[in-house]
Amino acid sequence: MSQLDPTDHDVADEQTLKRIVDRNPSRLGVGRSGARPRTETLLTFLEDHGRARDAVLTTVDEQLIDDLGLVKIRSLVEDKDQYLARPDLGSDISEETATELRDRCEQNPQAQIIVSDGLSSTAVEANVPDLLRSLQDGLEERGLEVGTPVFVEFGRVDVMDAIGEELGAECCVNLIGERPGLRSAKSLSAYMVYDPKRGAPTAKKSVISNIHEGGIPPIEAGAEIADLLSEIVEKQASGLDLREDDREFQK
Amino acid sequence: MSTVDAMGSGEYKFDSIRTLLAKANERKTGDELAEIAADSAAERVAAKRAVSQLTLETLRENPVVPYDDDEVTRVIQDAVREPVYERIKDWTVADLREFLVDENTTNREIQAIRPGFTSEMIAAVTKIMSNMDLILATSKMTVTARCNNTVGTDGSLSFRLQPNDPADNVDNILDSTREGLSYGVGDAVIGINPVEDSVGTTRSILDATHDFIEEWGIPTQNCCLAHVTTQMDAIREGAPADLIFQSLAGTEAGNDEFGIDVELLDEAYDLGQRQCTASGPNIMYFETGQGAELSGDAHEGVDQLTLEARCYGLAKRYDPFLVNTVVGFIGPEYLYDGQQVIRAGIEDVFMGQLHGISMGIDACYTNHIHADQNDIENLAVLLSAAGANYFITVPMGDDVMLNYQSTSYHDAGALWEIFDLGPAPEFREWLAEMDIWRDGTLTDRAGDPTIFT
Repeated sequence: MSQLDPTDHDVADEQTLKRIVDRNPSRLGVGRSGARPRTETLLTFLEDHGRARDAVLTTVDEQLIDDLGLVKIRSLVEDKDQYLARPDLGSDISEETATELRDRCEQNPQAQIIVSDGLSSTAVEANVPDLLRSLQDGLEERGLEVGTPVFVEFGRVDVMDAIGEELGAECCVNLIGERPGLRSAKSLSAYMVYDPKRGAPTAKKSVISNIHEGGIPPIEAGAEIADLLSEIVEKQASGLDLREDDREFQK
Repeated sequence: MSTVDAMGSGEYKFDSIRTLLAKANERKTGDELAEIAADSAAERVAAKRAVSQLTLETLRENPVVPYDDDEVTRVIQDAVREPVYERIKDWTVADLREFLVDENTTNREIQAIRPGFTSEMIAAVTKIMSNMDLILATSKMTVTARCNNTVGTDGSLSFRLQPNDPADNVDNILDSTREGLSYGVGDAVIGINPVEDSVGTTRSILDATHDFIEEWGIPTQNCCLAHVTTQMDAIREGAPADLIFQSLAGTEAGNDEFGIDVELLDEAYDLGQRQCTASGPNIMYFETGQGAELSGDAHEGVDQLTLEARCYGLAKRYDPFLVNTVVGFIGPEYLYDGQQVIRAGIEDVFMGQLHGISMGIDACYTNHIHADQNDIENLAVLLSAAGANYFITVPMGDDVMLNYQSTSYHDAGALWEIFDLGPAPEFREWLAEMDIWRDGTLTDRAGDPTIFT
């Protein structure tokens, strides 16, 4: 967001106002026009919301999916509206899709990589190219057999349970666009699960979130995810089970 | 029990009160996700007609979750004042609607029958009321509550100042507090959602806001919205909290998901009565929201509106200073768009006030729901007309910690101006002393956070 020049309007203490505005992530020191925000403040807000909405409602570029060599499938969801209203449908795949997956992908991999548009196509486009390369390299270095990477249109986090189950994967990672905030629409999360099966509870999932240039940069995130996945395979656990295992280890 | 209703050429059968209540709701994606919504518009109306013909006695005798299975049901049923209930038990839900909108029914007549209600009765009448019915009935009710100041008095509209920070940075929280106060908001509470749910963070936020309130002599109250057990630990260690907060659900299973039960809430209330820094007597703050139970798979086959009403039935046990629904936060799988959010917001404030609790609203939305700032500004105008006790405000509507949008510090001044309202009486006097508010309006000094440095 752009900041207004604090000297733009009458304030008791301009130095202090500048300090407040500079260090605070909230939209402070914006002044007012009567009881309403100034026009420029309002337009900046609308611009940021517009960007967030576009990230939710647009789809990932087909060319990018091809270039990255991802096998493209779809969840049970038919369109964006249904995606938003029915998380259950975004978490599963049809019998036909399962058959297609088994035909086109390597079966019984140690690590299955999945990319989902989730709630931000912008996040996928901005981070996945660098992240995927770094993650694949990292997993190979650690000696893990990586399956054929898959892209799921209208995918939710738990779609990795269905895909992993169908492909017989030992563990899965789902790289998925996060719900955009006004400050950034580019944030991606990586959810991981050991022994994926439909209905696996949230508590069994590990997550690394806030992946974007301003948070964990994608190349770095790829290495972190590779580390965590190899730990998951080694300890045969993910989510809270992995943490509890850590606690025991510390005792 | 079986309820049948015929409409036109079609006939609809509802096999239980629970099913009937669900199908009589205005359309909500959450009820569809739970697979309990009406299958067609015609069935929805047939259900509304059948609900309108139920007696209050039938609703009392058929709680949506059985008495023996659920402590929220027990709290609601056991709180009914029997002689008052005896007077109204033969009313149909239609009778209740027509009583509420009658021009001869005032706050006093509503107060007279209020102790006879269960939450299911209140939910049922809501389902057969239009938006304007709800706003009209809400506008008749005055529910005041007192902590360090008084909310809900005639002519006042209060605001929570919500100065959240993504790093729990206390300096940033105080700067945002300065900005909000300079717009005249903060009389409902200066309430912070911490990122880290720890005793240490809670203490530092309570200490800082308490000291700031003391330094500037502000007639308001502070609150740190950590889990209730975290706040209780902080208070036992001596942290200065004016209010104790917790999120509520409308079933025992839902509250279990939140890590609470009635025994724990009773304990928090007792602790607050002895240890809260405020003068009181009302020292509890609750948040709710349609869909919370379903998201925790604890809805027991009950629709989200009825469950929301039951949250208020539970809240009432603790004479809260503030209760607000966080209406657009939960996501489009529960409330799909601006229309559903606005409807739910109007329903919730009506149901809360009819329970007799001091009811406000966080009119808000996330970026994956089909709603925008215009929708929540509409809702704020509608609920100011209805006489909600308070709204949430954040800097320019953007909460950079919770990553959602709510009403803005700016909206307070606009709503006061449109409806000729002002802040809570004690707070209004303080704003006048600070030269932020004069002759019923903000002064030139308003909007400048540096007046508090």
